[in-house]
Amino acid sequence: MTVLRPAGEFDTSYAEDMATIRRKWQWVLLFASIIALYMLPLYASQSMVALVNRICITIIAVQGLNLLTGYTGQISLGQAAFMTTGGYISALLVNELGWPFYFSMPAAALGAGVIGLIFGLPSLRVKGFYLVMSTLAAQFIIPWFTRNAFKDLLNGAQGLNVAVPVIFGLEINTPQRYLMLTLTALIITTIIAYNVSRSRLGRAFITVRDNDLAAEVLGVNLFRVKLQAFFLAAMFAGLAGALAAHQLRHINSETFNLTDSIILMGMLVIGGLGSNLGPFFGAIVVEMLIEIATILGPVFSDILPSTAYGAVQALRPLFFGTALMLFLIFEPRGLAYRWNLMKAAWRLRPFSH
Amino acid sequence: MNWQLLPQFATTGLLAGGPIALMALGLVLIFKSSYIFNFAQGQLLLIGALITWWFSVELGLPLWVSIAIALILSALLGLVIERLALRPMTGQPLLSIILMTLGLSQVLQGSALLFFGGNQRNFPQIFPAGDPYKIITPFVYEGNPIVLILKQNLVWSFIVAILGVIVIGAFFKFTKAGLAMRATSEDHELAQSIGLRIHRIFGISWMLAAVVATIGGVLLATSSGLDMSLSIVVLAAFPAVLLGGLESIPGTIIGGLLIGLSVGLVSASTNQFIRNSGEIMPYVVLLLVLMIRPEGLFGQKRIERI
Repeated sequence: MTVLRPAGEFDTSYAEDMATIRRKWQWVLLFASIIALYMLPLYASQSMVALVNRICITIIAVQGLNLLTGYTGQISLGQAAFMTTGGYISALLVNELGWPFYFSMPAAALGAGVIGLIFGLPSLRVKGFYLVMSTLAAQFIIPWFTRNAFKDLLNGAQGLNVAVPVIFGLEINTPQRYLMLTLTALIITTIIAYNVSRSRLGRAFITVRDNDLAAEVLGVNLFRVKLQAFFLAAMFAGLAGALAAHQLRHINSETFNLTDSIILMGMLVIGGLGSNLGPFFGAIVVEMLIEIATILGPVFSDILPSTAYGAVQALRPLFFGTALMLFLIFEPRGLAYRWNLMKAAWRLRPFSH
Repeated sequence: MNWQLLPQFATTGLLAGGPIALMALGLVLIFKSSYIFNFAQGQLLLIGALITWWFSVELGLPLWVSIAIALILSALLGLVIERLALRPMTGQPLLSIILMTLGLSQVLQGSALLFFGGNQRNFPQIFPAGDPYKIITPFVYEGNPIVLILKQNLVWSFIVAILGVIVIGAFFKFTKAGLAMRATSEDHELAQSIGLRIHRIFGISWMLAAVVATIGGVLLATSSGLDMSLSIVVLAAFPAVLLGGLESIPGTIIGGLLIGLSVGLVSASTNQFIRNSGEIMPYVVLLLVLMIRPEGLFGQKRIERI
């Protein structure tokens, strides 16, 4: 859809034309909301802050998936496996080598990116279902590897305990303190994701998605671009995994499983594929749904006593799956598209078209 | 490699490949007619087995009656799924369709858990459990003849599964409905233009797939018990489908047996690391297939044009 802008607003320089944030009040609003988020522990409960932490980490993983699936069109069911990779790498670097977390987390992202490259290799020859299968293979092989290989180092199925991150002698051991970390990481990844998507690389991603043969004819190096997308996606996942592992202070092969991969993919679709706002909308809405399922679980246990302990586990996939199916049927372009429609309608008011 | 046990493990693996072939058949049936790869097949399997369990154990009906009821109900379920979830997706991009079946799998899993609960249950034995078959092979290893010990339910599951695949294959080959389904799989628009109702055919293939899934679910539940993890077992059938070729019914048998065999062979190893790799063996085979021959053994190679 065309970009609709308020009447009387014109660009007078190239920099202004390329700018993401055009007006002074938008800058003010952005910084005000970022500061408000950093101040969250002052006015929100601990469980609320923990939820925001979880949402931030999820958004980072979905942003990576958005670059791979939303922009490049390569469907991946292995995102959770790359989160596992990142979590393990960071845990090992901190536990075994005593690295501080601000080095181990970028290293975890890089390491996961390299593993992502390996599982992205089949993408040159295969696409569609076949590619889904090869990423699904990653989702099985990586957790299996952490369970069975190097047992004295990776501790088999029990997994690893992860040390509390320490910065300048301050232990980041409460959700309130951890929020500073996740928010900062989220801001960095958002800047990276946004700038990748509007750069030369991002445009190459989009051509590959829209028609890969035509992209190749136009001179896009398919193999390289697809691998770059896989690398970026796995990097984001690795960072998210490392953040989650340090927050949970434990990681094993089941911390991030196939269901998480499916949920990340579903978040992306619900939020909107190929839109930088999509991961935010998707992750927030789906995490809220899961919270609602957690609250409603005990109520259902009273109605259906056969599910005494399993009602929450049953409601989560039920809610998520239903939301995903409804979105696919009624709003396949996701919430980000609906948001743009609403913005356009507001600007065109009172004329609806 | 543990040479003495190798024939035993290879045979057991091949026999385990029968149910895998049956599960792969369910996937191929839907793919052939409507180009949908059904990630919810595992949940169809689970629900089929759960319905059978409910009628036979909770209501106390005879096992054969409850299997018949489960087959009818799952056929209906397949029809409903096609109508409500997949019909609106006609003509949508691949990603949406894949996600639709993934969403469906979550909904079915959640519903199964909500209505039946997640406990481990004892599934009624269809085939006698004890008294395994003993086959003395002509091969001799270090002076002792090699004896194969095969559990009865493994053998009979294999026979039922392979029979099922052959019956469905014959249905496709020799009946008018099968011909219509094959025509639809060639080209949707062309099939429609000669008067085939392709939506009805999609419905039939979903019904068939659900019925096949229920048979597979009952076979697996009777040999390894029934709980929520039954839906995971189908993940071993995906590599079988790709190995055999996405559109090939005979390919499902070969693919299923080869996957079963590869798992069996790995289990015969003396190295614990290799032995543990049995659970991911199907996916290692899958990666090899994707790198060497992505269209599978019997699949169709497609040429792409802009």
